[in-house]
Amino acid sequence: MSETLYTMEVEVNGMRRTGAVPARLSLVDWLRDELRLTGTHIGCEHGICGACSVMLDGEPVRACLMYAVQANGHRVTTVEGLARPDGSMSVLQDSFCETHGLQCGYCTPGMLIASQALLDSNPNPTEAQIRDAIGGNLCRCTGYQQIVEAVQLAAARTKSK
Amino acid sequence: MSAAEKTPYRYIGAKRRAKEHPRFVSGRGRFVADIALPGMKHVALVASPHASARIVAIRTDAALAAHGVMYVLTGEEFCANTDSLAVGVDAPKVTRFALAKDVVRYAGEWVAAVVADSRALAEDAAELIEIDYEPLPHVIDAEKALAPGAPLVHPAHGSNVLYHRKFVWGPVEEAFAKAEHKIAFRAVWGRSATVPIETFGIAAQWDAGTGILDIWASIQMPKFPDQTARALRLPGNAVRVHFDVDVGGSYGVKRGIKHTVLVGYLARRLGTPVRLIEDRLENLRGGDMQGPDRFFDMQVAFDRDGTIRGMKIRAVDDVGAYAGRSPFQLGKPVTAICGPYAIPAIEYEPTSFMTHKTPQEAVRGFGQAPTNFAIERAIDRVARHLGMDRIELRRRNFIRKEQFPYTIPSGSTYDSGDYHAVLDKALAAIDYPVLVRARDEARRTGKLAGIGVSTCLEPSGGNSAFEVLMNPKNENTTWMDSCLVRVDLSGAVTGVINNSSAGQGHESLVSTVLGEILERDPDSIRVVRADSLTALPSNSPVGSRMAIMLGGAAAGAARQIKDTLVAIAAHNFECSPEDLEYRDGDVSLKGAPEKKLGWGQLVEIAHRRFHRLPPGLEPGLQAKFVWQVPTGGDLPTPEGRIQIYPCYAFETHIVLVEIDPDTGKPAIRKYVCGHDCGVMINPDIVHGMTYGGIAHGIGAALYEKFSYTADGQLASGTFMDYLIPSAMEVPAMAIVDHCTPSPLTTFGQKGSGEAGYLGAPAAIANAVNDALAPLGATIDTLPMSHMEIWKAINAVVPAQAGTQRLPKNTGFPLPRE
Repeated sequence: MSETLYTMEVEVNGMRRTGAVPARLSLVDWLRDELRLTGTHIGCEHGICGACSVMLDGEPVRACLMYAVQANGHRVTTVEGLARPDGSMSVLQDSFCETHGLQCGYCTPGMLIASQALLDSNPNPTEAQIRDAIGGNLCRCTGYQQIVEAVQLAAARTKSK
Repeated sequence: MSAAEKTPYRYIGAKRRAKEHPRFVSGRGRFVADIALPGMKHVALVASPHASARIVAIRTDAALAAHGVMYVLTGEEFCANTDSLAVGVDAPKVTRFALAKDVVRYAGEWVAAVVADSRALAEDAAELIEIDYEPLPHVIDAEKALAPGAPLVHPAHGSNVLYHRKFVWGPVEEAFAKAEHKIAFRAVWGRSATVPIETFGIAAQWDAGTGILDIWASIQMPKFPDQTARALRLPGNAVRVHFDVDVGGSYGVKRGIKHTVLVGYLARRLGTPVRLIEDRLENLRGGDMQGPDRFFDMQVAFDRDGTIRGMKIRAVDDVGAYAGRSPFQLGKPVTAICGPYAIPAIEYEPTSFMTHKTPQEAVRGFGQAPTNFAIERAIDRVARHLGMDRIELRRRNFIRKEQFPYTIPSGSTYDSGDYHAVLDKALAAIDYPVLVRARDEARRTGKLAGIGVSTCLEPSGGNSAFEVLMNPKNENTTWMDSCLVRVDLSGAVTGVINNSSAGQGHESLVSTVLGEILERDPDSIRVVRADSLTALPSNSPVGSRMAIMLGGAAAGAARQIKDTLVAIAAHNFECSPEDLEYRDGDVSLKGAPEKKLGWGQLVEIAHRRFHRLPPGLEPGLQAKFVWQVPTGGDLPTPEGRIQIYPCYAFETHIVLVEIDPDTGKPAIRKYVCGHDCGVMINPDIVHGMTYGGIAHGIGAALYEKFSYTADGQLASGTFMDYLIPSAMEVPAMAIVDHCTPSPLTTFGQKGSGEAGYLGAPAAIANAVNDALAPLGATIDTLPMSHMEIWKAINAVVPAQAGTQRLPKNTGFPLPRE
């Protein structure tokens, strides 16, 4: 009684990846279990905590609320895809380190995805806009303060370049 | 500490990036769910739908026949082959196993476990298991659970009460007889928890060849390897817990001991790696990690000048269906039972009891946050009773700077502090007169607005003396921690620690301390984790202890290394160690710096040139240090006086809250925290934990609650019902530092892992009450949800435009007409 498998092709972090997956497999399970991209985390599996955030064609989405097959033909960016081409940390990643914008690191990939998506569309966000952008990502360690500071720092550094 | 204040330290107290961060921001953390073992099977659980019931029959045939299923385990087999989990207080009949046998005691309790090729297949099969239950009477509230004839959660125990004692420290009745005023009220702390974003998880693998059970778990628990081994009837050296697993948040609750015994048993029974990762419903309902659920009957005796003469605290706490260590959360607050105040006489009457709810687990502060909330509500009520300014009342009763070390009635001695100075700094930082004007201006525009103040203690150094206080059969008087330091042949330094971490930055802590003592660049120092078979003793990062205990142990080991290097140089220079000077790892003759043995030369001698080592010195270059908690080691007096924690950090919170009078919705407009945790080893880390603790406190004060229906079902089993504050609810905060060094610790540091959480709920509760004061309304129950605030407003304000009366017997307002 094995399940029907559906073939799919997705661009993940700039690489072509293919899969044959059951219809019910979530995108986050495919990324983590099949591609072993374990940077994307699972927190609630009902779309509230944002730990599983990835970018789909540049927009942040909940990978726990999407089926893997729905990503067929699309472009997915995970936390592993945020680094510079040479593998060093992006401005945003480095800013999180600088402001201590993380502690346990579990929500961090989702926070980075949400923040990067914000900065991509709005390089000069206000504090309110930053809080709004990460408002769908829960963190229990930081009280968000140093995350907001990290995004502000990243914006300032990008501008001054 | 401002940059202007010169410290004697090179690395301690300076801004340093945390060593841990690069792996997390690049997606390379190693959490338990990231661990994939070859051939690993997955567990799904079948949970009880009843709060209390007899298990009549379990039919597993269909599940066993399902695709991908390897095994189905029920309580019958599991309880016959494992031993009960440990009970902290003296209640041996309150046994506890991961799978229920014969009866279930809460809705969500695990009854069967399915092992299959994937979690999805295991869940499919779990749905095929049929269980017949015969419902039994249940009890979920205090009044009923403590009444005669109540249904007993554990009939063999003979009562629902796990622990009760009345402590009287000092002349309490005399204080109450002589005081000019008295107040009495009840403060209620709602059942919430710190709920990490990572659920609990564990992977285990049994090696029949070596007879070792390997465990990778998302764990923060003292004595975890020992308790796992005992329950599995294995010797301690047959269980190897790997501490190099990143823990995705804990704040006390990551203690999945029942999960671990279950999965460890399955891995051994089946001879294949097995993994269990809780889903969110399992975590909230059956993960056994709900927090204190407690009410306080408070009485305060005081004079008209505001001097508090005595306090009576009756604390009644619902631990749910099983005991574990949770009753001890009534014991830890004994160590700061009068808060920062010089109250000479205290009566404390804790009662721990059981109901048919999910079991309680340790939560950040281990009972201190609820106690601080009750004390601080009492202080504000005294001020209101006297018509006195609450800040002035606090100042008047604070223990004064020159009184330290100060022994409180319950026997603990506070090490140091300057509460007046910290409060003054915080008031200045928030510009208190301007804050008052902002509140009054908001009131004039029709809003409800209030200022809240709290001044609270954060006991730190994580001792466990509450165990001996609350269980006469327990004589555990040490709660040590350790560090091993190695300098290898290349001269590189490695610190070995003996616990997993959940964001507290222990690798940063140890590398900074080792760098400070050895005068080596902390960035060059690696910190790794032993496993439980190679580890030195540790009691894990609980009770705000690691800056003190792990920091102290690392410093102790580093000093031994330094002493060894100096001894080697002295032997080679044929001089006394006192003639030598240690700088940046090199040792030279005082007054003759050219006569020097460099770090590399000394390391070379230690590792390879035995002929140049002083007699009696072991070759190689390594040192271990095991540290007993400072001030720890005593048993309690007959009256129950005991030193529990060694160090006492102080925090004050000042907050402005606005409430929409139409909806009851609160919003935090200003937030300042004044904090004194002695010398900070890494200010960013201390501030980060404090901000996070405040956010937890905001949740506990306003949003988070494990609600139960009358029939004992958890009504908040998802993040749509259990409300965790987001960046929209948590405001921008400011922290003002002050430094009163501890005289008991290596660098003057105190702990701060529970900072913020210990004072935030009290300040917010006081702010909400200040906002409601003009209406004559009061709330003393947490969480103060929109609905509860709305109800409080409507209980005193007659129906009028903009407000609505609650219809009787419904929990919800009618839509506005």
